[in-house]
Amino acid sequence: MPNYQAKIYVTLKPSILDPQGRTVERALSHLNHANVGSVRIGKYIELNLSGEKADVDAQVKDIVENVLSNPIMENAHWELEEVK
Amino acid sequence: MKTAVIQFPGSNCDADALHAARLLLDEGAEFVWHTETALPEGTELVFLPGGFSYGDHLRSGAIAARSPIMGAVKAHAEAGGYVLGVCNGFQVLTESGLLPGALSRNRDLHFMCKPVHLRVENNATDFTRAYAAGQTLEIPIAHGEGNYYADAATIAELEEKGRVVFRYADNPNGSLNDIAGIVNERGNVLGMMPHPERAVELLLGSEDGRGVFESLKAK
Repeated sequence: MPNYQAKIYVTLKPSILDPQGRTVERALSHLNHANVGSVRIGKYIELNLSGEKADVDAQVKDIVENVLSNPIMENAHWELEEVK
Repeated sequence: MKTAVIQFPGSNCDADALHAARLLLDEGAEFVWHTETALPEGTELVFLPGGFSYGDHLRSGAIAARSPIMGAVKAHAEAGGYVLGVCNGFQVLTESGLLPGALSRNRDLHFMCKPVHLRVENNATDFTRAYAAGQTLEIPIAHGEGNYYADAATIAELEEKGRVVFRYADNPNGSLNDIAGIVNERGNVLGMMPHPERAVELLLGSEDGRGVFESLKAK
């Protein structure tokens, strides 16, 4: 069976306050990076799994939407790549 | 009221929860480990205690909400049984869908551990009948992720239906509408960030938390 890697990005929705991002934003401003407008911090997750493409696609969607992200406060997207 | 206190790896208010339950609700209250798939026969109240289940990995309460015992907890709630989630227990309730919304990082990123003042917004629930409407309570908080968030429609519904049960007098964490505790639509599931089980004896500074247990006891 083919092997795949899912690269998953989870970010806070724009409406959710990101205190970590705000802290880094202020630090960058103190470091004279005056042109940095805003900072948002999220998560990056890698999953390695095997199976047929269609099954793996559906499985990753299920895992991302029901476990790895909380749709109330987070957005998520992912890329699936075949690993040779 | 027969009480089961659920223990997850990383729960750390489980002994306090059991103590308060044994003192005020049920001398035979017992712990139930998260790998169980059934509650003890005759359980009337499920107490999800505070702590840092699974080290708060992924999101606070996220892994615990998907552990084996939660199927039985959901079935208990759906059958009308009482569920009380405090602090991490509240996070487990939102993560499992038993209560709406989510709890995110405190506004100022600080872990806050101190007594706070709460207003009893609805004393007509089975968890709050022992209190007077509008009564101010002093109950401790101890959390880093207690910032209650839900979309505008959910907040409006919670407010309209009197489901905001406790509100902070001085919002410590950025929660929308100063929300400290909410109930589900049916009124049998309460989630709150402050710790009533830590405020049941004057020796420990306050007994304002007793009302939650006395209200349930009177059912």
